[in-house]
Amino acid sequence: MSPFIKKALTDIRLNRFLNLVTIFTISLSILVVSVFLLFFENAGRVIEAWNQGGRAMIYLKDDFTMDMLPELKERINGLGNVQGLVFISKDEALDRLKKEISSSSFLKTLQGNPLPDALEIKMKSYNSLEEVEAFAEKIKAIEIVEDVEYGQGWLGKFLKIFNLFKITGYAMCGLFFLVALFITSNTVRLAFYSRKLEVEVMRLVGATETFIKAPFYVEGLLQGFIGGILGLVILLITYLMFSSGMTQGVSSYIYFDIRFLSMKTIGLIIFVSTFLGWFGCYLSLKQILR
Amino acid sequence: MNPEIKKNSIIRLFNVSKRYNGKFALKDINLDIEQGEFIFISGPSGAGKSTLLKVLYLAEKVSEGQILIDGMNLARISASRLPLLRRRFGMVFQDFKLIPNRTVYENVALVLEAAGEKPGYIRKKVMQVLRTTEMDKKAKSLPPALSGGEQQRVAVARALVGEPSIILADEPTGSLDAKSAQAVLDFIMEYHKKGATVLIASHNLHLLESSVRGRNIEITEGIIKRTATML
Ligand SMILES: Nc1ncnc2c1ncn2[C@@H]1O[C@H](COP(=O)(O)OP(=O)(O)O)[C@@H](O)[C@H]1O
Ligand SMILES: [Mg+2]
Repeated sequence: MSPFIKKALTDIRLNRFLNLVTIFTISLSILVVSVFLLFFENAGRVIEAWNQGGRAMIYLKDDFTMDMLPELKERINGLGNVQGLVFISKDEALDRLKKEISSSSFLKTLQGNPLPDALEIKMKSYNSLEEVEAFAEKIKAIEIVEDVEYGQGWLGKFLKIFNLFKITGYAMCGLFFLVALFITSNTVRLAFYSRKLEVEVMRLVGATETFIKAPFYVEGLLQGFIGGILGLVILLITYLMFSSGMTQGVSSYIYFDIRFLSMKTIGLIIFVSTFLGWFGCYLSLKQILR
Repeated sequence: MNPEIKKNSIIRLFNVSKRYNGKFALKDINLDIEQGEFIFISGPSGAGKSTLLKVLYLAEKVSEGQILIDGMNLARISASRLPLLRRRFGMVFQDFKLIPNRTVYENVALVLEAAGEKPGYIRKKVMQVLRTTEMDKKAKSLPPALSGGEQQRVAVARALVGEPSIILADEPTGSLDAKSAQAVLDFIMEYHKKGATVLIASHNLHLLESSVRGRNIEITEGIIKRTATML
């Protein structure tokens, strides 16, 4: 084992209480952040399933005429990522509608055709709803386009709420990140002062500043790493308990498919919490050592 | 003072003064110490003995004058090279400066770890030095569990372990009983015989009698009052 890691482990053992508090703070922050991520990942997945894979309707303004169609198609195709583009004229749409609800007397009383001309578009590849949204925005920018709809009408409303959640989530994540950072850097500061004599002796016997700082960094990294793992483990246990309770109770009639965080997200969380430990250490040492 | 230029001088001080808040702790010190010399710095408490040692390993900066250590001008040493300078010295501090929550072994090993030595060498060397200072049986003890004499022996072991060319010892026998004091002195003396330059600062003149031949530099109020050869 590297002497630095050995030293850091000894230090963590010697400053048990302080280190436990720090690790718990980090794991709590990570827990909050990963609960949000869990929610987003699942909600995102569900929304995408509803959205049926990158399909959207482009509704055109009233002053659209058929001779504009080739140029419009060309423009949309020019945006890239377009797999299929089908024109549905307002008459065609009305025919379809009539077929679908032929029994209704409502259509018979209808004067003219209130439906717009439209293009049905399918994206070649898409990975997230954000991508569809961004694509839709680009299409909306074309003058003759009235509106772009990607999904049922209520999906948009749901999206608004979802996005509001997202902003709150980001804010919470940021807040907890700052708290964890503050606690970590404070621990390093306390650890540093509790080892003032040791640092002094190290300097006097010819240790370089790098050598003196290294154990603090290793300690910070370990705290972040352990805190991150702990936070995820707590989340996993909660998740397992929750989902097994669901299968016994509710899920027999409601299909709930909440998945745990993806490996990519787990990796990211551990990386961020480890970084947090390192950064807290960096900040406080920078302040202490001039 | 007549600092005649010696061939093998390892420490040279030119008109060195040190002031604390305007008050002189050292005043116009000129000194030329040869490689392998044994120097005993005596003088009453507050004379400037500790200060003289401190300016040598740059624990304090001089107010005036120049110091050369093995040809290196201390005024020109960059922060990054300071550790290299310090590794040439083995220091025995009056207050031991042992890390209380590290074992005897870890305290001594720290010097070699800081110098980037290999783990295998560190293990061998630390145990060897602890044997010479008769502290090998207490390698796993924590300093607070040791007697004053034992703590000082650990401090000496730490000073010797890096095989420095210069030993600086500040009141190394300060609070020890006669027997422990003699033992500590003997370890330093033994190392001196291998060719190391040794500077011991103490107000205890009894130490002089048990020292080897060398030079006694007596300071009072920051001034070298007398230099004598001990036979
Ligand atoms: N850090 C300091 N700040 C202010 N004065 C100091 C400091 N260190 C030493 N002195 C003063 O310098 C003088 C010499 O001190 P010192 O070298 O410790 O004497 P000695 O070791 O011979 O007893 C004393 O008058 C002491 O009070
Ligand atoms: Mg003194």
